[in-house]
Amino acid sequence: MDYSIKIGGEAGQGIQTIGDTLAKVFSRAGYYVFTHQDYESRIRGGHNFFQIRFSDKPVTASREKIDILIALDKESIEQHEKELSELGQIIYDSATLKQKHEKSYFLDIPFVTLAVEHGGNKIMANTVATGSVLGMLGMELDILLAIIKDTFKRKGADVIKANINAAMAGHDYAIKQCLKCAFSVAQISKPRMLIAGNDAIGLGAIASGCKFYAAYPMTPSTGIMLYVANKAREYGIVVEQAEDEIAAINMALGASFAGVRAMTGSSGGGFALMVEGLSLAAMTETPIVIALAQRPGPATGFPTRTEQAELQFALYTAHGEFPRVIFAPGTPEQAFYLTNKAFDIAEKYQIPVFILTDQYLADSQWTFDSLDLSKIKYTDYRLREEVFKNLPEYKRHAFTENGVSPLGVPGDAKHLVVTDSDEHDEKGHIVEDAETRIKMVNKRLFKKLPLLRKEIEPPSFYGHSDPEIVITGWGSTYGVMKEAVDELSSNWDIAMLHFSEIYPLPPTNKFNYLKVLKNAKMTICVENNATGQFARLIRTETGYSFNRLINKYDGRPFTVDGLTGELYALIR
Amino acid sequence: MPSLDNYKGQTPAWCPGCGNFSILKTFKDALVELGIEPHQFTIVSGIGQAGKFPHYLKCNTFNGLHGRTLPVATGIRLAKHEMLVIAVAGDGDCYGEGGNHLIHAIRRNINVKLFVHDNQIYGLTKGQASPTSMEGMVTKNQPFGVLSEQLNPLALAVALDCSFVARGFAGDTEHLKGLIKEAINHKGFTLVDILQPCVTFNKINTYEWYRQRVYHIEPDYNPEDRVEAFKRSLEWGDKIPIGVIYINNRPTFEDRVPVIKGVPLVRQTFDASKIENTLKEFY
Repeated sequence: MDYSIKIGGEAGQGIQTIGDTLAKVFSRAGYYVFTHQDYESRIRGGHNFFQIRFSDKPVTASREKIDILIALDKESIEQHEKELSELGQIIYDSATLKQKHEKSYFLDIPFVTLAVEHGGNKIMANTVATGSVLGMLGMELDILLAIIKDTFKRKGADVIKANINAAMAGHDYAIKQCLKCAFSVAQISKPRMLIAGNDAIGLGAIASGCKFYAAYPMTPSTGIMLYVANKAREYGIVVEQAEDEIAAINMALGASFAGVRAMTGSSGGGFALMVEGLSLAAMTETPIVIALAQRPGPATGFPTRTEQAELQFALYTAHGEFPRVIFAPGTPEQAFYLTNKAFDIAEKYQIPVFILTDQYLADSQWTFDSLDLSKIKYTDYRLREEVFKNLPEYKRHAFTENGVSPLGVPGDAKHLVVTDSDEHDEKGHIVEDAETRIKMVNKRLFKKLPLLRKEIEPPSFYGHSDPEIVITGWGSTYGVMKEAVDELSSNWDIAMLHFSEIYPLPPTNKFNYLKVLKNAKMTICVENNATGQFARLIRTETGYSFNRLINKYDGRPFTVDGLTGELYALIR
Repeated sequence: MPSLDNYKGQTPAWCPGCGNFSILKTFKDALVELGIEPHQFTIVSGIGQAGKFPHYLKCNTFNGLHGRTLPVATGIRLAKHEMLVIAVAGDGDCYGEGGNHLIHAIRRNINVKLFVHDNQIYGLTKGQASPTSMEGMVTKNQPFGVLSEQLNPLALAVALDCSFVARGFAGDTEHLKGLIKEAINHKGFTLVDILQPCVTFNKINTYEWYRQRVYHIEPDYNPEDRVEAFKRSLEWGDKIPIGVIYINNRPTFEDRVPVIKGVPLVRQTFDASKIENTLKEFY
């Protein structure tokens, strides 16, 4: 079994509530779930949708065919009727949409009337719709009822009761009326974890001991701040909404200088304002983690859509030459572990580390068995209190074998912690001389670089062990590429290389990915941008050029069907 | 107890006769009299002649970017509010490049002590107009004279209900020392605008020019009267008031952030064992 459900409507109609609830029902029931969202930059109106795919086998992307469309407005039908699968059904409320459809795959369910009759209020129409979907699928209501009890705990027994009645009304109606419903769901029991990209980064930050998060709200990065802010009291984290992104990164640097793990996040335009702060982090060797959630540019671009066009920006932005590390997780699970690694590397080497995502990954939910907390690394690299006090002498930017100087917490000892955005000596004071300059650049950049390279893990390799065709990608395209490989593997010897630790480029000694590319007959770099930025990075750093590029820059993510189609066309 | 010797820093690279020298000397005197030791506080500075200030005394130092002193100082305070944090900036630095940060630091009432070395000119970049340059001042870069109205930082601060607003004069060091001490002892965000002659580039607002105009705010003046404070902050020209213009004892930002109410953030240990429970919320 492998079903897709799409909820379409205007902003403000509750699409996300229905989607989140159904996704939770499926993941608790033990299915593999993948969801993604498509929304406009508005709070009311327009056309948005939430798509859920669930299966008894792993799913890592959305499909184009829809099995159940919940149409909360007319446009949903106009736009998505053509996406219906052979089994597909459209449910709608003819009284709300003020139109009646006679085709056999339409099922008119009076969401509002049932909500009023059974729940006592029309606002429960979405609960009716949620119950209806489960009825159509032949699923029981127990999990949904438990979720309702949880969700409305604070609103009291009456609200819970009303919602339960509404859900049951929708469920019963669908069972009785959907004569064409031929869905059959497998029986699974072990609940799975359901988590979105932004939440995974927030959770990863918290699990890494992040104590300070300053940012300015900007789609699609805002969710990270919201997640951390929600946990601020429980975990003792200061979350500050700064007056602008310039302030955000400088606040985070101040907090980091004062001895706590600090992070900021933004998207392209906001991050553009942080760029001088990035350079400041480098010069003062102040650890910082930056989440950069990409969206289509230039300028304001498509505020709520997706693109992978900020790779070169993250790679090369900021004045001066300094080391940086860039991670680009492909799944929420990778986002969690890589956020942890980002905090560790940032502090260990006193450098800026990026987590590069995009709207697609930020808002997509995936299921996992669990997250393994034993893999979380937490080493405090700072000199604090007694340890710091007991040092005979201290120089914040001391020349050392590996270029990493002792990171003392100011005020913890009599030693003074001095740092400067000007070029400085070992003690942190301003200098002008050439000799110190050279030694400092060597320390900050050349001594750390080889150590950083050693920290980077190779790309993941999936598919045929000796492939003729290799598709390569980075970041959020992981799931789509993986399913495309599965689709095409019966026709060709095909494999995928996926990079989630992208800069410095992974060394080839652990896994010689360049050899895999060179041995293949055809190599294709798949990117959600117009110019193939990662392909260019590979060429710049290794001299290797991909045979072909597949680029998508319409602001929408790749779909398995879309990518498979493009690959067919190229390979044939 | 610290002595002046404890505060001997690097050799200043300022012009001979610069108003910054007397501010530096007065600052050290105030710190010694307050009994504050060099490791007990951090100075955050930006870029400009004032930005070099922390290097010339001894203290924890974050000499950051032009205009960005206050966000860095805010981050330090939120992470470690047991430590005194002083921000030192110039008029271009704080009122030009960092204007937005000033507005919001005042709104937050973060307990940072801001001292602005206000010489009404850009010194480090050699003599262009600053936000506080007087209208009509001719410079190499403003050949038609300054066309914009002079920024009034004190009126701005009073309008924003800043917790502590004062003006000092680098040529009146005893008085300035009192203001520095009062600001450091005040709980809340403090703005001390220090009139500082630039002997090289500002040929209008000289020691003599200031001396003829500044006067001490009278002892019976009530700095808690906001309307009077606003009136006083508007005085400029023949008579320029120096002293504490406005005080408002509202709660600091640090007092209002629940997470750091008890223990400073930097002293709070990280308890990883709770994560297991948080994971359950995703099922």
